[in-house]
Amino acid sequence: MGLYWSFGTVLLLLAITAPVALAFGFGGASAARSHIAPLRWFGKTYIAIVRGVPDIAFFLFFVIALDQGLEYLRHKWKCPDWDEPVRQGNDFVVCSAAKLPLGNSPQWIHESYGFALAVLTFSIVFGAFAANVLFGAMRAVPHAQLETAEACGMTRRQTFWRVLVPQMWVFALPGLSNLWMVLIKATPLLFLLGVEDIVYWSRELGGTKTPRFTDYPHADWRMWYFFFLLVFYLCFTKVSELVLDRIMARLTHGQATAGGEAQRKAAA
Amino acid sequence: MEECIQTIMDYGLRSQGVGERLLPRTDFTLCQQFTLIGSGMIWNIYFGVCALFSGFFLATALALGKAARSAWFRKPSEWFIFLFRGSPLFIQFFFAYFLFLSLKGVIPYFSPLTSAWLGALVVLFFNTSAYTAEIFYGTLQSIPKGDTEAADAYGLQGWSRFRRVIWPTMLRLAWPAYTNEAIFLFHATTLVFFSGFPARQQKGDALYYASYFADKTFNPFIPYPILAMYFIILTLIVISIFGAINARLNRHLPQDRRAKIKFRPQIIR
Repeated sequence: MGLYWSFGTVLLLLAITAPVALAFGFGGASAARSHIAPLRWFGKTYIAIVRGVPDIAFFLFFVIALDQGLEYLRHKWKCPDWDEPVRQGNDFVVCSAAKLPLGNSPQWIHESYGFALAVLTFSIVFGAFAANVLFGAMRAVPHAQLETAEACGMTRRQTFWRVLVPQMWVFALPGLSNLWMVLIKATPLLFLLGVEDIVYWSRELGGTKTPRFTDYPHADWRMWYFFFLLVFYLCFTKVSELVLDRIMARLTHGQATAGGEAQRKAAA
Repeated sequence: MEECIQTIMDYGLRSQGVGERLLPRTDFTLCQQFTLIGSGMIWNIYFGVCALFSGFFLATALALGKAARSAWFRKPSEWFIFLFRGSPLFIQFFFAYFLFLSLKGVIPYFSPLTSAWLGALVVLFFNTSAYTAEIFYGTLQSIPKGDTEAADAYGLQGWSRFRRVIWPTMLRLAWPAYTNEAIFLFHATTLVFFSGFPARQQKGDALYYASYFADKTFNPFIPYPILAMYFIILTLIVISIFGAINARLNRHLPQDRRAKIKFRPQIIR
C-alpha cells in the first residue's frame, strides 16, 4: 500500500514545488535586476551559488540547515531565559518547547514536517535555476520594447509589470520546460531527504522476504521494482515532453520568433 | 601545524584504503574535515575522468548512429539515448546495482560489477555517452553546408571525409556544450555512494565524508562549504582544460568567430 501512496507523494511534491519554485525564481530574477544594490547582490548570489556546487550537496545541506535555523529561531522566541549555549560540542541543543516538531506530536506531523522541509528545499534549489532562466528571458526581451515604454512615460515599475513580464514568457518557456524535466528527474532525491518515497518503498518491498516474517515470501525482487520505476520515469518524461510541445506550439502562435514564422509558413 | 601534517599522512589516501583505518569519531578538527573530504575527491575525479574519456568514443559512435540513414543503426541509438536521458541517474544507479547483484548470483564472473569502482563507472559511462551523443548529434545536424561541400569538391570520401572535415567541425561546434556536460558529470559522481553502491570499509567519495561529518557533528555549516569549495576548484580546473582544447579546436578561425564557452547549467540528470 505504501508504494502506491508514495507515487502520490511524488506527484504532490511536483505539484507544490513547481509553482513555489517559479515564484522564488521570479523573485530572484527581479532582485537580480533591481537598482537597489544589496537586493541585486542578493539576487545575483542566489543565482550564482547553485551553479558551481553539486545539487545533492545542496539538498543534504539545506534540510539540516533549515531545520536547525527554524529550531534556533523558535528557541530564541520561546525560551529567552535559557542560559546554556545552543551548540554544545557536537550537539545541537534547544529547549524542548522549541523542538520542531514537538516531541509529543503524533507520527503524521513528523512525516508531513519532513515532507514540508523537502518541498522547501526543492523550491529553494529549483527557484535558483528558475531565476537563472527568467533572468535570461528578461534580458532577451527586445530592448526597443522597454525604450518605447519609457518614451510613453511609464515608470520603471509600470514598464516591468506591463511590458517586460508579459513578453518574457515566450523566451522563458524552453528553459522552464527543460527545468520541469529536470525536476521530474530530481524527485528520487526525496529518498535522500528521509521522506518515504517510491525509492524507499521499492527497496523495502523488493528486498528478500522470508516466510517467517511475511505471508508472501519472495526472493530479491528489488531489480524488478527499480526496473518498474525506470519505466515509470521514462513514460512520465515522454508524456510531459508531448504536453510541453503543445504548450510551446500554442505560445509561439503569432509571435515574431523563428518558431512563429515556421508555423505561419506551414499554415500558408 | 605538525598535527595537521600527521592528519594528512594518516587520512590523505583514506578513501583508497591507505593509512589509518578508523575514521575520527570525536573532536573533529578542521584539518581532518579538509583532508578526508579532499581524499574523497579522488573518487569523484576518478569516476569523472574515466567516464568522460571512455564516454567520448561511445558518444561519437551513438551520434553517428542516430544521424545514420539506416534504421538498423538509428533506432538502437535513439532508444539508448532516450533511455539514459529520460530517466533519473539515481534510479539508473539503483537498477544497475541490483541488476549486477542478480547477475553475480547467476555468473560469479560479474562480481566486480557490484563494487562501485567498476559498476558505477559503467553506469556513468553509459549515462554521459547518452548525454554527449545528444550534443554531438545536434551539432552534426548543424555542420555548415559549405564544409561538407568543400570536402566533396576535394574528392574526400568515407573515412577520410569524416576524419578530416566532419569530425573536427562537429567537435568544434559541440565543445562549449560538452564542457557543461563534463562539469555536470563531475557533479553527478557524488550520487554514486548515495545510491545502491556500498562504500566498503568507509572508502567513499567527497560527499560521503561530508555527510559523515554532518551526521556526526549535526553541523552542516562546515563540511558542506568545504565540499563546495573543492567542487568549485574542480569546476575551474575542468573549465580551464576544456578552454585550452577549445582554443586549439578554434585556432584556424578569426578571434571574433570563435565559440566561447558559456556556462549553462543543465543540472540534475
